[in-house]
Amino acid sequence: MRRAIRQYVQVAPYLTLGVLLTAVFVLYPLVKGIYISFFEYKVLAPELSLFVGFDNYARALQDPKVLIALRNTVLFALVTVPGQWLLGVIVAMMVNLRTIRFKLFFRFVYYLPVISSWIVVSYLFKYLFSDSASGMVNYLLVELIPVLPAPVNWLQQTWTANLVVWVVSIWKGIGWVMIMYLAALQSVPKSLYEAASIDGAKGVRTFIHITLPLMKPMTTYVLINLIIGSFQAFIQVFLITEGGPMDSTHLLSTYMFRHAFQFFDFGYASAISVMMGLMIFVLTYSQQRTFGKDRIEY
Amino acid sequence: MAKWSTGIVHALLVLGIFVVIGPFIYMVMTSLTTDNFSLPSPTKLLHADKTLVNYSDAWSKNNFSRYFLNSMFVSSVTMVLSLSLAASTAYAFARFQFPGKEFLFKLFLFTMFVPAILNIIPQFTVIQAVNLVDTYPGLILLYIGSGVVGSTFFLRGFFERIPIELEESIVIDGGSRWTMFYTIYIPLSLPAIGTLGIFAFSGTWDEFIVALTIIKTEINRTLPIALQLFRGQYATYYGLFFAASIIALLPILIIFTVFQRQFVNPNVTEGGVKG
Repeated sequence: MRRAIRQYVQVAPYLTLGVLLTAVFVLYPLVKGIYISFFEYKVLAPELSLFVGFDNYARALQDPKVLIALRNTVLFALVTVPGQWLLGVIVAMMVNLRTIRFKLFFRFVYYLPVISSWIVVSYLFKYLFSDSASGMVNYLLVELIPVLPAPVNWLQQTWTANLVVWVVSIWKGIGWVMIMYLAALQSVPKSLYEAASIDGAKGVRTFIHITLPLMKPMTTYVLINLIIGSFQAFIQVFLITEGGPMDSTHLLSTYMFRHAFQFFDFGYASAISVMMGLMIFVLTYSQQRTFGKDRIEY
Repeated sequence: MAKWSTGIVHALLVLGIFVVIGPFIYMVMTSLTTDNFSLPSPTKLLHADKTLVNYSDAWSKNNFSRYFLNSMFVSSVTMVLSLSLAASTAYAFARFQFPGKEFLFKLFLFTMFVPAILNIIPQFTVIQAVNLVDTYPGLILLYIGSGVVGSTFFLRGFFERIPIELEESIVIDGGSRWTMFYTIYIPLSLPAIGTLGIFAFSGTWDEFIVALTIIKTEINRTLPIALQLFRGQYATYYGLFFAASIIALLPILIIFTVFQRQFVNPNVTEGGVKG
């Protein structure tokens, strides 16, 4: 007991503030969000909110647009997570090769989309994929490299609009994956490689037996972040397609946001949020249990 | 053979650069042309006269310079405070033993699985309850509070990799935990801290939804919302909009270039432990 107290006293200066802020700004809102989902919530006068039990949930399950948003959300994850990860890892491995020159330059350029504002990038792609022949992508694909017979109305059709959203999301995410892997690759002590080369290991074998196992915690970290990030995706749909045409490109997040801040239906929006949260929880549950336990001892 | 494959990798990397940078070139070209009431055609972009007038116009319109400084302030403060907080919290989880640590860490991890946007409504009610709506302290607190877990987890990984033997020298000299923290863990994790600093700054600089919810007074708004204004009022002036966008991107570019040096030789643990 006294030992426990002594340990708490020691750790308190480093730990207290972080835990406190997390409790106030993350944990409490989480609980409150669930609470709101059981009410017909009155934004201006919360005390007048009506308890409606599971009504909001029942309504969401019968809302065909929720189903479409769910489909889009799942597809978005299935396309953009592997897309970003694969391309990012390939770029990182290439840039990290000892024989590659201008490493800093490559890293800088590939990281540019990541540090660019989502808002700027969303509008940029919206204009690049604009309908008319003066849209840059149409120009490239019709005039320059004639792959398409005629200009495409990218944002007027469900699947081409979704495609634009996927393209911008992958384009913007590659550099992040790259920089995470580069940071991890560079933190691997050189002595390990030296030892391996003394033992006679070369290129590919060093990569498989030293680099890859050491990257495993980073891979877990990156993939989980990408998955959660894909469920967080919001601005690109909000600004590029605005959910259209005919609400067919909404993600759960944009659909939820619309109900919250356009219709001020906080209860219903929170119910959609909670279901989304549950879905992510189930999807990442197996990872959560092992997450943080993967430790590499050098 | 090795030269040959190196050549291919170089070629692939250069090819990728065109895909990555193409949209930016388009943006820069458009920002240099005027009279764009509709999207300029590719031929116009190539042949029209280039001018910087959109940049000076953008800077002086719509209180843009003021919003720029607002964002600079909010992002700098958020970055510094987040980094300090993340470093100390990560240190607590990496190198201290205390009852309930495992549970607390699991709880922290759990929150990482909750998309931030789901929390925006209740977070607003918290800020409202402490009377910080429409203030920078409220905005910054919310940024820091919702970012602690992610950055703590990130830094903890790096702290744990630092050989614990390094602490021995401090112990022998009679140093405290605090001495270990700032003479071993911080200096040896600078690449990681630099990376995190970039995330914190650019994440805040770019943040849109929370700023829109918390800040009500127009003059206190941050840059992302100002860009929205540009589009609203000058929807047809693509050159002006892109000029404003590029100005908004610049600070991040500069910060990234500065921090980039931190990444250059991050093998700081190398040779730290002999034998």
